[in-house]
Amino acid sequence: MKQRWMAYPYIVWMILFIVVPLALVVFYSVTVQSGAGIRFTMENFRRCLDPIYIKVLIRSVVLALISTGVCLLLGYPVAWILSGKEYSKKKILYLLIVLPMWMNFLLRTYSWMTLLERNGVINFLLTRLHLPPLHILYTDGAVVLGMVYNFLPFMILPIYSVLSKLDGSMIEAAQDLGGDAFTVFRRIILPLSLPGVVSGITMVFMPAVTTFVISRLLGGGQFMLIGNLIEQQFLSSGDWGFGSALSVIMMLLILLSMGIMQRHEQESEGGVLW
Amino acid sequence: MGKTRKMVLILLTLVMISSFAGCAGGSGGKGSRKSITVYNWGDYIDESVTKDFEKKYGIHVTYETFATNEDMYVKLKAGGIHYDVIFPSDYMVARLIREGMLQKIDLKKIPNYKYIGEEYKDLAYDPDNEYSVPYMWGTVGILYNTTMVKEPVDSWDILWDRKYKKNIFMLDSQRDSIAVALKKLGYSLNTRDKMELKAARKELIRQKPLVLSYLGDEVKDKMISGEAAMAVVWSGDAVYTMKENPHLAYAVPKEGTNLWYDAMCIPKSSKNRKEAEAFINYMNDPDIALRNTEYIGYSTPNTGAFEKLDEETKSDATAYPDNQSLKDSEVFEDLSDIISTYNRIWDEIKAAQ
Repeated sequence: MKQRWMAYPYIVWMILFIVVPLALVVFYSVTVQSGAGIRFTMENFRRCLDPIYIKVLIRSVVLALISTGVCLLLGYPVAWILSGKEYSKKKILYLLIVLPMWMNFLLRTYSWMTLLERNGVINFLLTRLHLPPLHILYTDGAVVLGMVYNFLPFMILPIYSVLSKLDGSMIEAAQDLGGDAFTVFRRIILPLSLPGVVSGITMVFMPAVTTFVISRLLGGGQFMLIGNLIEQQFLSSGDWGFGSALSVIMMLLILLSMGIMQRHEQESEGGVLW
Repeated sequence: MGKTRKMVLILLTLVMISSFAGCAGGSGGKGSRKSITVYNWGDYIDESVTKDFEKKYGIHVTYETFATNEDMYVKLKAGGIHYDVIFPSDYMVARLIREGMLQKIDLKKIPNYKYIGEEYKDLAYDPDNEYSVPYMWGTVGILYNTTMVKEPVDSWDILWDRKYKKNIFMLDSQRDSIAVALKKLGYSLNTRDKMELKAARKELIRQKPLVLSYLGDEVKDKMISGEAAMAVVWSGDAVYTMKENPHLAYAVPKEGTNLWYDAMCIPKSSKNRKEAEAFINYMNDPDIALRNTEYIGYSTPNTGAFEKLDEETKSDATAYPDNQSLKDSEVFEDLSDIISTYNRIWDEIKAAQ
């Protein structure tokens, strides 16, 4: 009984900030406002199926997948080093990963612009070393770089927390039974760390596929992602119906990918991190 | 024990709800102190001016900024905040008048209106000067870096020259960028002709591989630091950047361009008309208008301020071009009835690869 009372403020919170906005988004997506009043229609969704918008959607998913892949390739070894007992500077490394997150996200992304500019810091150093300058700002590469830079900690931390809780006796047992380092990793460590990997993938993929700030600043407004398209409908075009329809499709997409991930997690019977 | 906890939780819930309700109603004046909310373009005022206004009139100024007319319109229409003074451009003034979103301004309350030059009155967007007081005016043109562009710049065609691949900045503003393509093709920038708009769309998609980025206010810093050879900019930004980097020059193409006026208006939702009029009047004081125009670099329609400018600025063709160079230029008209076509074209350009 007591516990139910405890939940009331949270229920109010949920209704105000989750249920009501969601209902509004769905409502806007299936209506059109005309002079005569509000009319129900599927027009907004039909417009989403237009090839140019499908192309934008595919592009967002592809860029998000690439960044998630890069994060995984970079993040797993770092998490491994962090969780290892032999590495003495662990605490400092951990701090270095978390520290940038204390700074404002927008500010960090903005500073990449200054770094990557034609006459920016990186190119200044490169030309001093007599190396060819980089022309990466306002390309897909810069957008992926921005995503990886911003979301890498979300990959490292869940993997790290699973790896650091690994039962050392399992690894020892595998070694005793004659497994070489690679076999131990492939047969024992990797399967046991999968829940962390899955959490990491979800936590990187979702913000990456929805971002609009990174693509706006580092992509120079020419590589439109679904987030930019939605932003434009709400802030510039004033077409809330179409923007909402795009948001609904986006949410379904995320729900779907979460569902797939969840199933994986259950199959690998690991603990869920969040 | 159980009861106390229950009470605490109910209270907590109530506090939460009432604090949200509080957020909704709090844009007006606090206590007896008068306050106005001003909504202007980013980087478009000498901000010490608003401080001096506060001191002189005892009216608190909440200052907010926007990046394009369209952003401003959407926010105004959403109605969350009651703005008292806004700074829309010509075609947006016309749209706001047509949709009944502006109050009439009593020019008797704005004695400094007498300083506004005759050529900035009775303009098509507000033929009887009932709703708007001009703030700044200017053109759209090409800002170029003379160390990278050796040939004369006199036509929009240069923005389609393959030599300058990935060396061009365009404006991230749909009407301005589409207008550039329309003018290049020799059409009116107020066209409603579907075929002409289609041709403009095609031109801009063809141009896209040459464009380094579509930018807003950042273009000023980028051009000063020499990031690209050319940029489409508003004349005032050209004046400002040319002061910072002597290698920059500005040209208005011979095909003609967009001649624009930004004005001060009072939205219908404003409840502080008297204070808003005091603000507009203050902005038209020659000394204040001078400070603004010198600070932001844009051209003033205020004759009192113009007289006080130094000779060099007065004769600067970037800020104060002669009529001859503007003969093919046009002022934007309100096209909001076909705005969805414009939105669509802009979407397609942005999404093209």
